[in-house]
Amino acid sequence: MEAVISVKNLFKIYKMGSQTLAALNDVSMDVFPGEYIAIMGSSGSGKSTFMNILGCLDVPTRGEYLFNGESVISKSKIQLAHLRRDNIGFVFQSFNLLSRTTAYDNVELPLLYCNIPASDRKIKVEKALISVGLKDRMNNTPSMLSGGQQQRVAIARAIVNNPKMILADEPTGNLDTRTSMEIIQIFQLLNDEGITVVMVTHEDDIARTSKRKVVFRDGKMHKSEDTNDRLIATEQLKLLPKLEEVII
Amino acid sequence: MLIKSSVKVAFKALGKNRFRSFLTMLGIIIGVVSVIVMEAIGNGSSADVNTRISSLGTNLITISPVSARSFGVSQESGTAPSLKKEDADILISEVSSITAVSPLVRTTVQMKIGNKNVRSSISGVYPEYFAIRDLEIETGSIFTKANEKKFDKVCIIGKTVQNNLFSSVQDPIGSTIRIGTIPFLIIGTLKSKGTSGGGQDQDDIVLAPYSTVQNRMLGSENIQQIYASAESEDVVNTAVTEIERTLRNKHQLLPSSPNDFTISTQLDLRQTLNTVVNTITILLSAVAAISLLVGGIGIMNIMLVSVTERTREIGIRMAVGATGFDVQFQLLLEAVVLSLIGGITGIILGLTTAYLVSAFGGFTTIVSVESIILSFVVSTLIGIFFGWYPSRKAANLNPIDALRYE
Repeated sequence: MEAVISVKNLFKIYKMGSQTLAALNDVSMDVFPGEYIAIMGSSGSGKSTFMNILGCLDVPTRGEYLFNGESVISKSKIQLAHLRRDNIGFVFQSFNLLSRTTAYDNVELPLLYCNIPASDRKIKVEKALISVGLKDRMNNTPSMLSGGQQQRVAIARAIVNNPKMILADEPTGNLDTRTSMEIIQIFQLLNDEGITVVMVTHEDDIARTSKRKVVFRDGKMHKSEDTNDRLIATEQLKLLPKLEEVII
Repeated sequence: MLIKSSVKVAFKALGKNRFRSFLTMLGIIIGVVSVIVMEAIGNGSSADVNTRISSLGTNLITISPVSARSFGVSQESGTAPSLKKEDADILISEVSSITAVSPLVRTTVQMKIGNKNVRSSISGVYPEYFAIRDLEIETGSIFTKANEKKFDKVCIIGKTVQNNLFSSVQDPIGSTIRIGTIPFLIIGTLKSKGTSGGGQDQDDIVLAPYSTVQNRMLGSENIQQIYASAESEDVVNTAVTEIERTLRNKHQLLPSSPNDFTISTQLDLRQTLNTVVNTITILLSAVAAISLLVGGIGIMNIMLVSVTERTREIGIRMAVGATGFDVQFQLLLEAVVLSLIGGITGIILGLTTAYLVSAFGGFTTIVSVESIILSFVVSTLIGIFFGWYPSRKAANLNPIDALRYE
């Protein structure tokens, strides 16, 4: 099976005055279709830099990066934008929704850059919102939604364009335990449908919901192991006390 | 990104900061309004000048004697005794391109009626003079050739003289006015012509038959001016040449000696005044253009602020697949929408202001279609021009830097 992502000898070096700092120091890794990877590590270990490079938001100083067998390094800015648009869905810790813009419009955003007719856009947006369980909140702006709901809107935005891969940078970092599990539940369902998920987290519980754990330390890949006792979010949610969702 | 959704997004973005958008537009609005109004006032004044000159009679030709020289010192122009009534009479028979001619003698005297008196000038002219000078009768009638032959003591008075000697309810027709020592019968009054281009009161006149004034009041054969009317504006120059030749023959001037008369037409005056009006219009337009420029800089400023403020949003858009071009296009569109709305509002307000200025301000205003098209095009260009730099700046942002921006 061909890897979705294949990085070899990746370096990201920041120069600050006379000092050089290697945020990524010779990282090599393959991600295969259908994988669910949790990237762990203390802050400053390079995991976020790695994610940003995987997501084509940032470029490495040196090294090889193949996405679906194609070299990313040689691509132009426009080609990178199209690659992000067609293949990658992002979920951020701080949700990164457009404020004062409805959930519907936020989810529609990636489609606006694809030349899709309005009627088709509507179908896709509604489908994405249904799959995160927020169809009835589509006319609400982020300030009218709870953190969990906002993150679900962000997930809907990430999947609206049927990406091959979802990149999530600490998606549960701002959420309580139960809401976190609900988000993970969506990720696991999406993964079951065949979408590759790469997620940065520093919570052990969240990492245990993945299929593989990768640990970064000082810009290097320190450890990569399959999760033995994988947690299934649907089951975990049954164990957690039910909370009334707080709507801000 | 589809144009329609881009326009929608642009309107939304501007709508989020209504007050700021309005202030930005205000620059463009003021610019466009001033361009249109200044243009309209310029065009209006130019047309005004032209009608005023036309009311003097554009085919009008004036012949005056040159200045007299006494012991080598030149006197004021028109003082040389070189023009006679016969000069006027010969012109009408010899010069084919003129349709009417009249000599003019003038003297300033005291005029009185009852217990009121006023000092004004009385001019002796032929009946043709009224047609030549475009003078219109308000009440009564003009004098005739018969009056002229019989040296009749009849006169027609201008509005200023009428107002000075009569109350508004009195009818001057049929009254006798003592001009100098001679009683004249008033047979008509003139419609007001207002002040001339030179600031002279054109209504402060009394007109009487030439023969009457010349024989009964002056006794001299010399006349002050000859007025002639060319067939049309186009033949004015031909007429001038012919008049010059005829008078030189009549005065038996040697080819080497200079004219003892001067001929002037309204064409020069019209040209001069038009030049002045054009200069003023250009000056006003320059001021208006500067305010448009200032408005444009306002747009650039707001767009720069907007780019900084929305760096994160730009990052999000880029993360979900917007290219630099998409981002630039969107911001540019916002700038253009902003300046276009400003431009259209400016045009509407400009038209209103131009109307109000002519209705209440006493200026004639003529709004030209060109100025509307010009302001429309210019305001769009300003949007593109001043929106370019900020939008370019946004398009060149690195997605990750934009996303991390706090």
